[in-house]
Amino acid sequence: MATASTSTQKSGKKSRTKKVQKTKSKTLAKKKKSSGTKKSTASKSNSKNKKKVSGKSSSAGKRQKVMGRSLKLDKELLLKIYDLMVQSRVLEERMIQVYRKGGAYFWIGAPGEEAFGVPLGLLGKRGQGPQYDYWHLHYRGTPTLLALGMDPADALRLIMNKATDPCTGGRNFSNHYCYPQWNVVPVSSPIEVQYPVAIGTAISQRRHKTKGVSIITGGDAGSAEGDFASCLIWASRPGFELPMYITIQNNRWGISTSYDTQHGEKHVSDRGKAFGMRTRVYNGNDPVEVYLGIQEDLEYIRKTGKPVVAEFEVSRLYGHSSASGANRIEGEKCCIEEFEKKLVDQGILTNQKVKKIREDHFNSIKNLADKVLTEPSPSADTLWDHTYANQENADWRKF
Amino acid sequence: MANMAQSIRMALHFAETNLNLTDVFGEDVGAPMGGVFTATQGVECAWNTPLDERGIIGAAMGLALAGDRCVAEIQFCDYIFNTIDLLKMAGNTHWACNGNYEMPLTVMTPVGAGIRGSIYHSHSFDAWATRMPGWKIVMPSTPLDAYGLLLSAIKDPNPVLFLKPKALLRVRGEELIPGEPASEKDLKSMIDAPLGDRSKWKPQWPKVKDVSIEIGKAKITREGEELTLVTYGRHVLMANQVADEIKKETGKTIEVIDLRSLYPYDWQCIKKSIEKTKRVLFVNEDTEVTNFAEHLCYRVTQELFYHLMARPRVLAGKNLPGIGLYAELEENTVPQNRDIKEAVLDVLNEIP
Repeated sequence: MATASTSTQKSGKKSRTKKVQKTKSKTLAKKKKSSGTKKSTASKSNSKNKKKVSGKSSSAGKRQKVMGRSLKLDKELLLKIYDLMVQSRVLEERMIQVYRKGGAYFWIGAPGEEAFGVPLGLLGKRGQGPQYDYWHLHYRGTPTLLALGMDPADALRLIMNKATDPCTGGRNFSNHYCYPQWNVVPVSSPIEVQYPVAIGTAISQRRHKTKGVSIITGGDAGSAEGDFASCLIWASRPGFELPMYITIQNNRWGISTSYDTQHGEKHVSDRGKAFGMRTRVYNGNDPVEVYLGIQEDLEYIRKTGKPVVAEFEVSRLYGHSSASGANRIEGEKCCIEEFEKKLVDQGILTNQKVKKIREDHFNSIKNLADKVLTEPSPSADTLWDHTYANQENADWRKF
Repeated sequence: MANMAQSIRMALHFAETNLNLTDVFGEDVGAPMGGVFTATQGVECAWNTPLDERGIIGAAMGLALAGDRCVAEIQFCDYIFNTIDLLKMAGNTHWACNGNYEMPLTVMTPVGAGIRGSIYHSHSFDAWATRMPGWKIVMPSTPLDAYGLLLSAIKDPNPVLFLKPKALLRVRGEELIPGEPASEKDLKSMIDAPLGDRSKWKPQWPKVKDVSIEIGKAKITREGEELTLVTYGRHVLMANQVADEIKKETGKTIEVIDLRSLYPYDWQCIKKSIEKTKRVLFVNEDTEVTNFAEHLCYRVTQELFYHLMARPRVLAGKNLPGIGLYAELEENTVPQNRDIKEAVLDVLNEIP
């Protein structure tokens, strides 16, 4: 795994955002100004983009108007989203701690993708089999999994390689989730392989005439792989369109290489236009815009059976992985801080409540980590287990 | 008697009718062509894909994860190489998720030389394939074995790579597939598509029956006492010829083992035979360096060393970047009858 250069990332980021947040505490006051202007710019470019694509859809334009400051979701739902976002962040930060203290070989995860991942998990149809949604996730899926109902202890079991890890039995990295009961197919490390694999689950869903969707997540850098093109081509074969939600989480980085130095296309999702697909670009740091957008996209796919390509502009708050130090990156927008502020401004939360929610999650996750630490590790006599189905022997010495 | 392409078709038909096979797909496998070797002609669930091998393997994996059964084809194994990390992933999925998901899929692809296929239609894939843990690898040498092994592959809950020896696809067997009409002409009129317009053509399938050939079981095609010749695919036919010739010329008998499954492989069959003959030659046409037969040969030296009366030997394709088109180039690259005979006599005549 290549080591990302944090300094390169910082300077690259500066030129893009034109504003660098020095530290978290300092920027709380400053952010009032910056987030306001940035927000409106983002909103404008988004709605412009959408109008071009959808043309006739008046609801999309209407939705854009309510985006900005207003939080056009039920209070209960807003609080649920916020709570899951905080839980996910606290869990990831705990996992980084676990790694730093030597309790894990490696960390990779999702800080900065909560405003995208949580709404996605809440909106998916959760269950097993083609009538439900299939999840083809990349290695930043914690927020989605928590929204689906994952026990946060499982994420810790996975990163600590415990025998109790239900996803891999201690065989794989953090965030390599797998839950057959929810159609969460195994996350694999190679970039972009989830995109062609999702073709198959979508074919099955189409055949069974279900309303199930094959949902794919992945980064912007990985979209350079031919597998992304494969996905677009197979999803849009004339008369055989597939119910696929092809998403890109664009954090503008592939380890240490910036999007701007490798990609000439303005938006990755623009590539869907060549195939006549509905394409969208969302501010992935705004959970309300994301929630409403995903809701509409999934409804469209369930109704028409046709694919959507949606790009979410997100942050990468702790770099690519522990290989680049897993330090908090200055200048990256924090979706939780922004959302929190809006909730407080609108009187849905108080600073006191915010503090309590964060503390409660912090304590509960810390306790979980302490507990998981004592759980058993896998033993060498399980090495050959599940090489073949039904525990059929795969060891040539025993042929 | 059916040829191997016809037997594959009948197996796919049997599976789509009786084994819940949902999809057969690949480049040109659907109507009107039914595959460049016609091995999928008339199969109802066969459809054409974009020319995208990674999409084909990815789609097969997704279908398997969704619980459907499919057979995906890569038109020539020469074009499978850009899918190798997906194949690796198909092989490791069940293990990597600690048994949470199974990966029941079959990939079939024509392999090997023998049809003057030039540099990119003559490759072998067997040695590569055996380096993908989690897969089962089979290669038939007769139409009946092709029929039975393909059905076993489709029933298997693991990924199975069905290697089609392309030089044998037009070769007829000596055994009827249960339910197959006795006359070749009758079979042809029932299941071979006519030339010209095929838009209204439909095959009349014979009522073929289930045949199971256990994956992992070899077959002795010639019994013998003086040497064990282990091979698979089209080299089984050559080995049989060589064994017959040598028997006629010298009276010495060669035991020919058709491995049929490369992985898992039938070690007990190989072992029992070598303990009897005390001499062994492994033959295949993949390139000779880090060839699969070298693993078998190594195992012989470790477990049967003191039984041996001659050095165990591997005869394989020369370690060249390709197979040249001109006949003399091809014939001097991959083992021919004369090479097998020479190697057999060498091992037979070696005095310890």
